[in-house]
Amino acid sequence: MGRHTQLYDRHVAAGARMVDFAGYDMPLQYSGIRDEHVAVRQRAGIFDVSHMGEVTVTGPGAPDFVQRLVTNDVGRLVPNQLLYSVMCNERGGIVDDVIVLRGGEDNHFLIVVNASTREKDVAWMHEHAGSDVEVEDRSDQLALIAVQGPRAADILEPLARMDEGGPGLRELRPFFATGLSLAGVTDSEVQRISRTGYTGEDGFEIYIDSDRAGQVWDAIIEAGAAHGLLPAGLGARDTLRLEAGLRLYGQDMDDDTDPYSVGLGWTVKLDKGDFIGAAALRELGGTPPRRFVGLRLSPRTIARHGQTVLQDGREMGVVTSGTYGFTVGTAVATASVNSGFDRDGDVAVDIRGNVAAAEIVPLPFYKRPKGDG
Amino acid sequence: MADLSEYRFTESHEWVHVESGVATVGISDHAQSELGDVIFIELPVVGAVLKAGDRFGTIESVKAASDLYAPVGGTVTGVNDQLADAPERVNADPYGEGWMIRLNHVDDNAALLDEAGYRAVGGS
Repeated sequence: MGRHTQLYDRHVAAGARMVDFAGYDMPLQYSGIRDEHVAVRQRAGIFDVSHMGEVTVTGPGAPDFVQRLVTNDVGRLVPNQLLYSVMCNERGGIVDDVIVLRGGEDNHFLIVVNASTREKDVAWMHEHAGSDVEVEDRSDQLALIAVQGPRAADILEPLARMDEGGPGLRELRPFFATGLSLAGVTDSEVQRISRTGYTGEDGFEIYIDSDRAGQVWDAIIEAGAAHGLLPAGLGARDTLRLEAGLRLYGQDMDDDTDPYSVGLGWTVKLDKGDFIGAAALRELGGTPPRRFVGLRLSPRTIARHGQTVLQDGREMGVVTSGTYGFTVGTAVATASVNSGFDRDGDVAVDIRGNVAAAEIVPLPFYKRPKGDG
Repeated sequence: MADLSEYRFTESHEWVHVESGVATVGISDHAQSELGDVIFIELPVVGAVLKAGDRFGTIESVKAASDLYAPVGGTVTGVNDQLADAPERVNADPYGEGWMIRLNHVDDNAALLDEAGYRAVGGS
């Protein structure tokens, strides 16, 4: 039996099918992946993502340490701003992809890491932290609830009281966070709410003391009912993130993948000053060994992780993620292809011995309509 | 809950229901639940001749692709064309509208499980 989040009993009571994910028993689906996917695209969904890791970095050396730890430029963050980045090893391989939040106070950062890499990441941070930095794994004290979809702001606004002087929920810009009290839980217990997510929709992520997570979850479920909000599991989270072109660590990349090869070169800021992996990445930048492409297939041929990508009958790469995109209405996949790959050539995927035609398309497969957030 | 007293099951989670010499075949509720949302089902053509245990198709769900095996032998006399446009019927009604193929000239298969036997190996 895996570990349970604070919300485990609620998932079981709601009829969720539970699966092991990174050592946690997590909801795979409640009413069905299709239902939940469509709810998030058209209305709203609520996800328990408390298995994600949260690490605080504090102390006088924190700003320099975080800047050395990740490839993106955290020096340009203002208080309460978040940034997507990768964290590389000396070879330029990706240790993890993370979200960095610069806290409201000086020298305070929160780094959100993947559940499957949490222990590795925390050890990596400790290994590189100097005596003027404190790294603390807060994952077991913090729950993380994501509310995603065009109605997310409508659902949360009546429940929220924002920091005095802080922006209202609706005014909160993408990749910014604020403090607030929510559903009667004080703002010191609801630590942060950020306008971020992993679905391609407008939405919010709520970092909350784990013993208050149930109260907030229940209030959002209740308030969301009139808006058609559904609880959504890891199944829909995966179909939504893949349509939105978002990467998944462990599947699309690992310790041997450099950020350029997985289309994350935009997170590498070589001119920001030294950081772990900078020298290796400077060399790789011009000639990454692999490229990351989007593939569109027929609705009847779902490509899966690990299947071979063919060009003119030759093996040219491998599928990193594949699923059925319920919103785009066909099978979609991402693939890592070698540098000789011709973007304009014919492409196919070997799906259990059947050669299925594919079309190279730009990522993301799905972009939400403008004007809803 | 469907009355499954006349249904027989394979350990690979297909069911068969024989009535007046015609066998109807589908997958169990347990199987559809394990697969999750069904996206598409590849089925044989009418006239195909199957032996018990032959692969007769593939079912693709969001999670995985799985082969389908004939619980009994016979000649395919019908396939459920509705599933082409509405594969979710397999999830919603696996023992009814989610049926997949019909066979006649049925060769019985002594290795099939009854409902209690299927439950005993973890199905339902």
